[in-house]
Amino acid sequence: MDDLLREFLVESAEHLDTVDAELVRFEQDPNNQQILRNIFRLVHTIKGTCGFLGLPRLEALAHAAETLMGRFRDGYPVSGASVTLILATLDRLKAILADLEATGSEPAGADADLIGALEQMASVEAPAAAAPPPLPELPPIVERELKPGEVSLEDLERAFMEAPGPDELPAAPVLEAPKPALDPVLEAAEPAFESAPEPAAPAPERPAAAAPAEGGEGPIAKVQTIRVNVDTIEHLMTMVSELVLTRNQLLEIARRHEDSGYKVPLQRLSHVTAELQEGVMKTRMQPIGNAWQKLPRVVRDLSAELGKGIDLVMSGAETELDRQVLDVIKDPLTHMVRNSADHGIEATKDRLKAGKPARGSIRLSAYHEGGTITIEIADDGKGLDLAAIRKKAVERNLAPAADVERMTDAQVAKFIFHAGFSTAKAVTSVSGRGVGMDVVKTNIETIGGVVDIATELGKGTTFTIKIPLTLAIVSALIVKAGEQRYAVPQIAVLELVRVDPKGENKSANSIERIHGAPVLRLRERLLPIVTLDGLMRGQATVEEGEIVESGFVVVAQVGRQRFGVLVDEVFHTEEIVVKPMSSKLRHIPLFAGNTILGDGAVVLIVDPNGVAKLVGQSAQSGAATETEVEETEAGDAKATLLVFKGGAGGFKAVPLSLVTRLEEIDASKIEHLGGRPLIQYRGRLMPLVPADPSIEIRSEGNQALVVFSDGDRAMGLVVDEIVDIVEERLDIEISADRSDLIGSAVLRGRATDIINIAHFLPLAYDDWARGPRKTVVKAPSLLLVDDSAFFRDMLTPVLKAAGYGVTTASSADEAMSLLKGNAGIDFVVSDLDMPGRSGFDLVAAMRKSGGRLAEMPVVALTGTVAADAIEQARRLAISDLVAKFDRSGLLAALAEIGEAAEPADARAAA
Amino acid sequence: MQAANGNAVPTDTTDYVTVFVGETMFGLTIDRVHDVFVPAGITPVPLAPKEIVGLLNLRGRVVTALCLRRRLGIPGREAGAAEMAIGLEQAGETFALIVDGVGEVLKLGADTQEPVPINLDARWRDISLGVHRLDGRLLVILDVDALLAFGDARESKVA
Repeated sequence: MDDLLREFLVESAEHLDTVDAELVRFEQDPNNQQILRNIFRLVHTIKGTCGFLGLPRLEALAHAAETLMGRFRDGYPVSGASVTLILATLDRLKAILADLEATGSEPAGADADLIGALEQMASVEAPAAAAPPPLPELPPIVERELKPGEVSLEDLERAFMEAPGPDELPAAPVLEAPKPALDPVLEAAEPAFESAPEPAAPAPERPAAAAPAEGGEGPIAKVQTIRVNVDTIEHLMTMVSELVLTRNQLLEIARRHEDSGYKVPLQRLSHVTAELQEGVMKTRMQPIGNAWQKLPRVVRDLSAELGKGIDLVMSGAETELDRQVLDVIKDPLTHMVRNSADHGIEATKDRLKAGKPARGSIRLSAYHEGGTITIEIADDGKGLDLAAIRKKAVERNLAPAADVERMTDAQVAKFIFHAGFSTAKAVTSVSGRGVGMDVVKTNIETIGGVVDIATELGKGTTFTIKIPLTLAIVSALIVKAGEQRYAVPQIAVLELVRVDPKGENKSANSIERIHGAPVLRLRERLLPIVTLDGLMRGQATVEEGEIVESGFVVVAQVGRQRFGVLVDEVFHTEEIVVKPMSSKLRHIPLFAGNTILGDGAVVLIVDPNGVAKLVGQSAQSGAATETEVEETEAGDAKATLLVFKGGAGGFKAVPLSLVTRLEEIDASKIEHLGGRPLIQYRGRLMPLVPADPSIEIRSEGNQALVVFSDGDRAMGLVVDEIVDIVEERLDIEISADRSDLIGSAVLRGRATDIINIAHFLPLAYDDWARGPRKTVVKAPSLLLVDDSAFFRDMLTPVLKAAGYGVTTASSADEAMSLLKGNAGIDFVVSDLDMPGRSGFDLVAAMRKSGGRLAEMPVVALTGTVAADAIEQARRLAISDLVAKFDRSGLLAALAEIGEAAEPADARAAA
Repeated sequence: MQAANGNAVPTDTTDYVTVFVGETMFGLTIDRVHDVFVPAGITPVPLAPKEIVGLLNLRGRVVTALCLRRRLGIPGREAGAAEMAIGLEQAGETFALIVDGVGEVLKLGADTQEPVPINLDARWRDISLGVHRLDGRLLVILDVDALLAFGDARESKVA
């Protein structure tokens, strides 16, 4: 096969996949010229190339499909039947391409069936679909195939019946589907046609004003790309990993020789390596949308097959992750979406009976969160029947009845991940055979991911998948147990707790025993403890007297199971390159791989999933139930706060969710650049900012830092001492005048200042303002829209402290669906600069949707205030533009809206 | 396996790297030996098959170390005794075979080769390709692939 043909195959396959997805979108939004142009262009490209390469069969099919789409482009309305027909054609094209790939030549066969149907459709489509609307809408009669009156219903029917479609299977139902839809339409069309030969205005173009917004929805503008063999990238990645290891080793050596002349070039090497590593990682990154591309089509076909209306809403498709990870989750995702469509969404009549919209919806969203990606698959269907699952679990002997009774809903829901577990009353061709969910879970776990289920009977089910961004390099905690060091992936580590034997220090945490089983009291809960050393000797339980009672407990969470692993010492965290275990050792569940540390030693990487399994076996119900309770209660408005001492001995606190890491650094490592304190942190410079003006940054000894990060940036907040982590209801009592404080609250009986991180970030980076969106609020309730979880977390307490109820959304799409579904929102505070649809797009969509949303006040957050932005904000009746870090400005703007809320046109004033 | 068998019945001569375990001298065909080095910094792997001593860093590669003594079922060497390692590769993975010492390279022809004596311990028989009669001592030729076929990889063992 020559290169030209090979390239054609690759490109065409991609094009066809895109067309698949775009067509489904187009069907829902038939007036979107942008999408249509795109589809048309792709099909045209395929046709053109086929002609060039001498592939008549493909060319003829593509031509027929193009002709029909040409009709749409000329303004003829789009029907489901025609889209189905085109999709069937695409399937045929793919089948031919597959043969072509296998044999190198176009397979023999005729496509007269499909081509005939397409041509019929092309000629009849216009009158047929145009008939129902008022007669004057009738499009002009165009020259070619259009032969009014000559196409009889019988002909059309026959064309459909004779069209077997590709390989029987998908085609049969798909091709039959249009029949009922067409019959009445056609009947109506014929008289309509005879009586209205007068050409009228072609189907309306969309108003020009809408064009920019549509552009934003369309595919991302073409960037210059080249195709690189995956092996080449993999090889490059391996080499970079080795380079990272070597760099680490050099750094380790340099640390031992303080004043060596290597220091400066080594620094340079270190930075270049970090950048190189990042660059190579980036080449491996692909948008998760690649894994979703087929889903709209899958859902559309399922929707037809099952006879339910299902909408698939996708957001965050641009979220990037490693292609290796992408490959692994592709199939599980498809399976879960199919599952939601089949089992999750009820039949239309049941939905109507339950008072729900007739069309079900499946929301698929992805976003970054720390070093992981969270993917959610949410349906608004009937939810899991937990009672049935409980019953089935007992029947199948998965757990004793008494245990099942005591389990929380979340735990019960997890039974669906057991092999062969299905409560479906009917097995459909789609799912219900109980095969699959266990495979889904296994697949996700092999890449260090976790799946959680939240379900509510009658409301729907949400699956949350958390997976690491990449498998190649992970951040790990280096610990020591017995005589050996191990690496524990950070992703599973919740916190570290120091434990000491009882008595020595009354405030210290200590391990207690119940019938020999070690447990730790951690914030009013019992945490089951295993020792890493014990696990390594093949025993998950700890014998009395054997346990070292002092050390550190690494609190880990896997899925909903939470447990503590006792280690002797904790060293530091390190970015490690994961190397696979030898084939001789792969069967040991405790290890996920191994790596070489900076000092050249090989250490084993502990697999938290494997540990969790062992803990589960030995500490069964105790561990599991305990954790579930904690999970469910965490939902109450309790906030987890990090308490530290900073400035004049006072206690201060910050929400733990904002904190990336706690560090103790050697104060001598602090450098001053341009009068600003900085430290080298993970190969980058991190600015340090004191938590209070009275704190002096130490010049010797250890300095405690609270590290905040958002994307690439990190800031170290200098504090005197880290005191505790408390979980309490956050009740801010005094709203402080100082911009560095949100207010004060009583935590554990001590008056504690809650610091306002928003104040500190600009001190570290002048331009750290690219993230937040907020919602404008009347006193009661506002919707905060921002793509950065960090800024959402940061602004939420500020707004809550000012007395607003806060709902958050991470994208314009999410915001719109929240706004449509929730009448209780009074204002929107939105970031203007968001990836995908911007804040302006959101406001434009609100204004267009009319009713309440058209009038709703909006405060926009922006990093820069440009004249055209102000102009556009005025046009969209945005109440106020506030700079991102202007907390008081935001609150003032909100207060103003609150006061002005009575005169309905108040927003226009701004 | 082709290679190893081919070497075991050479038409001409074959080069063997000789290694020692206790009193016995073993030979490994030279084309299977990638490295000879002093093992250091071995990280033990808990719960591993008993033949595996641990993992070690060989110039930036993580190598699985297995002990020839344990593989042959003879007692471990005394603490502090000298150790040497032979780097072997199989299916893209690198292994280090820990032995007591490494001797010279011998060029041997087929004329001195004998089949494995049938009364040899089964464990030894399984990983031997033959015996060479040398002046004053015997050289047991090891089958590298059979040597590495243990634990979960037993199916790859060649008779």
